Amino acid sequence: MAEKITLIVSRYRPEEESEPTFQTYDVPYNKDWVILDALNYVKDQLDGSLTFRWSCRMGVCGSCGMMVNGTPKLTCAVPLSDYVSLGQIRIEPLQFFPVVRDLVIDINSFLGKLSSVKPWIIRDDEKPLAEGEYLQTPAELDVYKQFSMCINCLLCYSACPVVGLEPEFAGPAVIALAQRYNLDSRDQGAAERMAALNEHEGMWGCTFVGECTKVCPKKVDPAGAIQLYKMASATDWFKSMLLPWGSK
Amino acid sequence: MGFEVSDVTRSRFGATRLYHRPMPFWWWLQNRAYFNFIVRELTCVFVGVFAVLTLLQIRALADGPDAYAEFISRLRTPGFILFNTVGLAALLLHAVTWFKAVPTTMAIRFGETRVPDQMIVGLHYVGWMVVSAVVACILLLR
Repeated sequence: MAEKITLIVSRYRPEEESEPTFQTYDVPYNKDWVILDALNYVKDQLDGSLTFRWSCRMGVCGSCGMMVNGTPKLTCAVPLSDYVSLGQIRIEPLQFFPVVRDLVIDINSFLGKLSSVKPWIIRDDEKPLAEGEYLQTPAELDVYKQFSMCINCLLCYSACPVVGLEPEFAGPAVIALAQRYNLDSRDQGAAERMAALNEHEGMWGCTFVGECTKVCPKKVDPAGAIQLYKMASATDWFKSMLLPWGSK
Repeated sequence: MGFEVSDVTRSRFGATRLYHRPMPFWWWLQNRAYFNFIVRELTCVFVGVFAVLTLLQIRALADGPDAYAEFISRLRTPGFILFNTVGLAALLLHAVTWFKAVPTTMAIRFGETRVPDQMIVGLHYVGWMVVSAVVACILLLR
C-alpha cells in the first residue's frame, strides 16, 4: 500500500508570474480521503498560500470543481484511491475559464449568462398569497426534476470545447436550467427564455459533443436538455411558418 | 449574448489580473471523446457528397440514355469505387453514431412513462432496414 501520493498542482500568483506554473506536493496516502482532503492537507500542513474554493465537502455546493488529470471533477467526490496506482495526480483549475489565482477561476461570465435566462418561476399574473401555493402533481415534477439537480459546479462548461472556442456561448448548465423552468408546470416564462437562447450564442451554439452530460456529477444531462430545447424551437418555427395562427 | 470576457476581476480586495488560457489548435486530440466528435462531424461531408452524386445521377438520367451511360461508366472507374467504399464506411459510421445519440434528443412519453432509450434506437434501426428493403425491392424486382 502506498504511503504517499504526489499532487502536481497548478499555481498562478498574478503578482509574481505572468502565467501558471506547476508545484509538487507529497501528501500522505489515506484510502478514506478524497482529493479535496489532500488539498486541504497541503493548505494546512505544507503551503498555506495554495488557493482553491471549497465549502460543503459533500457534493452539494459545487465549489470544488477542478481538472483532475485532465478531466473535470468535483474534488470532494473523487477518492484518492482512484489514482493511487498512478502515484501522482495533476490538479488544475477548470479549463475554459480565466484563472484568478491558483485553482480559482473567474465565474462572472457564467453568472451573467445564468441571470439572462431568468432561472426562476415566471407568472403572467401572480396570485395573492391568500390563495395558497401553486400545486403540482408528482408526474409534473418528474418532467423537470432531473434538470433541477444542477449545482452550478461548472464541470459541464469545462468539458465543452464550444465554451473554449466561443466564450459567449451560453453553455450547458444555463440552457439546462432554462429548460428546468420551461418544463415546470407552474412556469409561464418559456417565451422570454426562448428569446434569450434562440440565437447562435444560445442553444444553437451547441454542436452536441455530449461531454457535458458525461462529467455531470448530478446526472442532469445538459446535452439532453439542449437538444430538447432545439427541438422545441424548431417545432415553434415550423408552426409559425405553416399554421395561420402561428405557434400559439 | 453580449457578454465580455474581461482581463481583470474586481472584488473587495481590489483588481486582479486574470490569466486567460489559450485554446490549443489541437484541442480535438486532447481526449478520445473530442476526437470521436470531430470524426462524427467530418463524416457528414461524405453524406453531402453522396447527396450531390445522386442529384448529378438524376440530371444525367434527364439528359438521356447516352449521358446516363457515360455517368455510370465513370462511377465504375477505380477512383470512384474507392471513393464510394470509403464514403459508405463514413456514412455508416455517421448513421450509427447519430442513432446512438438520438435518445438524448427525444424524450417521448406515453402518459407518465418515458419510452426507453433502447426502444427509440431500435425503432430507428427498424426504420432504416424497412427503407433499405423497399429500395432493394425496387432495384431487384423491376
